[in-house]
Amino acid sequence: MIQAVAPKIEKNYLNEKVGLLSWLLTTDHKRIAILYTFSITVFFFIGGFFALMMRLELLSPRNWLVSAETYNKLFTMHGIIMVWFFLIPSIPGTLGNFLIPMMVGAKDVAFPKLNLLSWYIFMLGGGVTVYALFRGGVDTGWTFYTPFSTTYSTTYVVAAAVGIFIAGFSTILTALNFIATIHSMRAPGLTWFKLPIFVWSMYANSVVLILNTPVLAITLVMLAVERIFTVGIFDPALGGDPVLFQHMFWFYSHPAVYTMVLPAMAVISEIVPAFSRKPLFGYKAVAFSSIAIAVVGFLVWGHHMFVAGESVYSALAFSFLSYCVAVPSAIKVFNWTATIHGGSVSWDTPMLYAIGFIGLFTIGGMTGLFLAALGLDVHVHDTYFVIAHFHYIMVGGSVMAFLGGVHYWWPKISGKMYPEGLARLSALIVFIGFNLTFFPQFVLGYLGMPRRYAAYPEEFQMLHVLSTAGATILGVGYVLPLCYLIWAWHYGRDATPNPWRATGLEWKSSSPPPTHNFEVTPIVTAKLPYDYEAMKEELELV
Amino acid sequence: MITNFRLWPESASSVAGGVDLLFLILLVVCTAVSVGIAAFLIYSAIRYHRKSPNELGTQTRYNIPAEVTWTVVPFIFFMAVFVWGAKLYFEIQRPPDNAMSIYVVGKQWMWKVQHLEGQREINEIHIPVGRPVKLIMTSEDVIHDFFVPAFRTKQDVLPDRYTTTWFEATTPGKYHLFCSQYCGTKHSGMIGWIYALTPVDYQRWLTQGAPEGSLASTGEKYFHQFGCANCHHFNNQGRCPDLRNLYMRPVLLTTGKTIIADDSYIREKLHDPDAQVPWGFSANVMPNFTGVVTEEQILALISYIKALGPQPGTQEPSSSGAAPAEYGTQKGIGGPGATSNAGSQVEKR
Ligand code: HEM
Ligand SMILES: [Cu+2]
Ligand SMILES: [Cu+2]
Repeated sequence: MIQAVAPKIEKNYLNEKVGLLSWLLTTDHKRIAILYTFSITVFFFIGGFFALMMRLELLSPRNWLVSAETYNKLFTMHGIIMVWFFLIPSIPGTLGNFLIPMMVGAKDVAFPKLNLLSWYIFMLGGGVTVYALFRGGVDTGWTFYTPFSTTYSTTYVVAAAVGIFIAGFSTILTALNFIATIHSMRAPGLTWFKLPIFVWSMYANSVVLILNTPVLAITLVMLAVERIFTVGIFDPALGGDPVLFQHMFWFYSHPAVYTMVLPAMAVISEIVPAFSRKPLFGYKAVAFSSIAIAVVGFLVWGHHMFVAGESVYSALAFSFLSYCVAVPSAIKVFNWTATIHGGSVSWDTPMLYAIGFIGLFTIGGMTGLFLAALGLDVHVHDTYFVIAHFHYIMVGGSVMAFLGGVHYWWPKISGKMYPEGLARLSALIVFIGFNLTFFPQFVLGYLGMPRRYAAYPEEFQMLHVLSTAGATILGVGYVLPLCYLIWAWHYGRDATPNPWRATGLEWKSSSPPPTHNFEVTPIVTAKLPYDYEAMKEELELV
Repeated sequence: MITNFRLWPESASSVAGGVDLLFLILLVVCTAVSVGIAAFLIYSAIRYHRKSPNELGTQTRYNIPAEVTWTVVPFIFFMAVFVWGAKLYFEIQRPPDNAMSIYVVGKQWMWKVQHLEGQREINEIHIPVGRPVKLIMTSEDVIHDFFVPAFRTKQDVLPDRYTTTWFEATTPGKYHLFCSQYCGTKHSGMIGWIYALTPVDYQRWLTQGAPEGSLASTGEKYFHQFGCANCHHFNNQGRCPDLRNLYMRPVLLTTGKTIIADDSYIREKLHDPDAQVPWGFSANVMPNFTGVVTEEQILALISYIKALGPQPGTQEPSSSGAAPAEYGTQKGIGGPGATSNAGSQVEKR
């Protein structure tokens, strides 16, 4: 306690240099992580604002708050911002940037300047997208289906596409940087099978991003070319094929949905062992399941097109492969659960988020089984069932994991502790709000409520009202951490280097770490990852 | 205020029960597994809750039999669901041979419906219960989607091609029709009703508000109006194929390939006449009708051509549109005569 209140005097990455320029020109991966944290938080709340407006509009079956035109722009901008400017960069840009070099015992990423460039490119892409939004928005849906997007929409489609196109380069560069770092900068003795699973998952994630983002880029270029120069690619009136667009989009986007969840799995795979004081159960199974997801994830895109005029035989193949890709996800769930069993389980906030994640991800994954069942998907495709399915994974899963990760590494990042009681309460509010928002949407979907409807028949109202009520609770659950984390940054209790007594290399550094992460390059002598047994004395565990 | 609140959708088609059954079974199994996992998680979190700050968990790292079990068992379960879902899908996707056809054209933001008997409807479709109905659909602009929750059927409606869906209503009633593919500003207004009528009511509906004539007879009018009849008549010296007995028959092409003269083939003739030229005829003869005929007119023309000849395998009452006099005597030339077993590429898979 006495040690905790003693003022810190040593230099760390936060206080070594001061001033705005020292941040804007930094090549320190930890400071870049903070820059990303700042940007994606802003984008999250912009996207969240759109969501709230949609939920309010849906309180009534008629258009009472906004027009249909505005509603269509709301869901489009919500999707675009949340997918490309929050979910995909969220964990990689923030926790990935901060932790990968530290976890491998390096001073920085392999290409620090490129890392800074990534952030600027990301901001440029975000800027262009926000420009499109203020000029009047886009109304195509985040999926940009043709020929609506190329020929019929009168909104700022090209501007939004350019914004996403630009942001894609940032994604590619960051992924490249991570891969290079993981390959070439590991501390002496840190072999592949001693790496924290976080690193494995982020590696798999980076490979996917490098392979799929160029496909999105070329698809958006083709879309823009058709829209600007009326070259027939997708619009049948010009001799194109509208379904071709869907193939290209989902060939990108199915892997993309996995790049929104692989980083979340990465975080959970760290929190669960740390708060159970136990090695991750089935380390190799979990590591290889990430690779399996990355590979098989590229082969299932057609499951988004079961009623789009796809031949029954390709539907058959895509359904089969979708079930195959569900297996590695199941493996992870079982291994996380087995890790908790027999551990020394703490109920600190990160663990609450992790347990919440496992539950919600399980529901999200299981409803994927419903959707991959061909005859069933015919009914629920493009209804609220699908909306609920992917929000369980991307919000119940990825956002929860992100929040869990932020709490877990907060002492390391900020050098301060967050207020535990308030944080637990917020986690509970998020969990309740989330379920109240999205569970009714499964019911709505099976009842036949189509997605992207600004107005709807009266019989759906009750469930929509429930969902909106949940959304307001969820909103509170998101604003609370924003407030107390900012508070904690200034006034929180000072953190010790390893407050959770976890095993990763990042905890061997001070909190917050010095600019070069480690006073001396760590040498890894442990034989296994998460080696509590060997570190018992060091961590004072019995 | 809030009316008709329900938690389970109406089910009114021959496939709805099968879909619901699969859904329910999955729901039961998945709920059981989820609850099991959640209970185990909560149990472990409580049972192994940290008792002292220095406590360490048991250091087990893996268990191969467990690993194999939770890989193989889910996989087997997934395969069972896969097979079941696929069987259901084939049932939902393949219309029975004796289905009656109705044509549907989607456009921003309405559904236009044409019955073979000549009735036209907008955002409403009247059908008889107990008879399979096959919809042949296309779009004039963007992609739409024809979704009837009570029937558990859904099919995207694409521009420039025909897609089909079918259903057999089992219970008379009024059911929602939704557009389920985002199609622009008034997407949520692109909704309508399906009226499933008893056979008696359906007959009464057919005779009410008597249309000017069957769809085929409207097609016949267009056949003359657009000048089709100028070439495709009995003594055209072999410049163009005879269209009698063409519908759903194999056509030998100049490429040596054989295809079935289905709706898509006939539609393509109007938009891109030289894409597939029948054996014995030359390209650059038939004019391109793009921008001249509308999708609805094409559908009428198709049903006229359909009426010109028998269609193998269907017991549909042939519509009242009769062949024009000049077709009465002339023998078929070229194309339609060629035979092959090749399946059509679009319609019947
Ligand atoms: C556990 C394995 C999973 C299976 C079997 C699965 C299956 C499916 C299927 C079949 C669809 C298409 C549904 C339709 O449009 O009718 C779908 C949609 C979707 N899934 Fe999954 N899914 C799984 C996991 C995930 C994960 C991990 C994510 C994201 C992190 C995800 C995100 C999405 C999204 C975003 C959509 C809808 C996209 C849109 O239409 O806008 N799914 N899923
Ligand atoms: Cu997918
Ligand atoms: Cu629509």
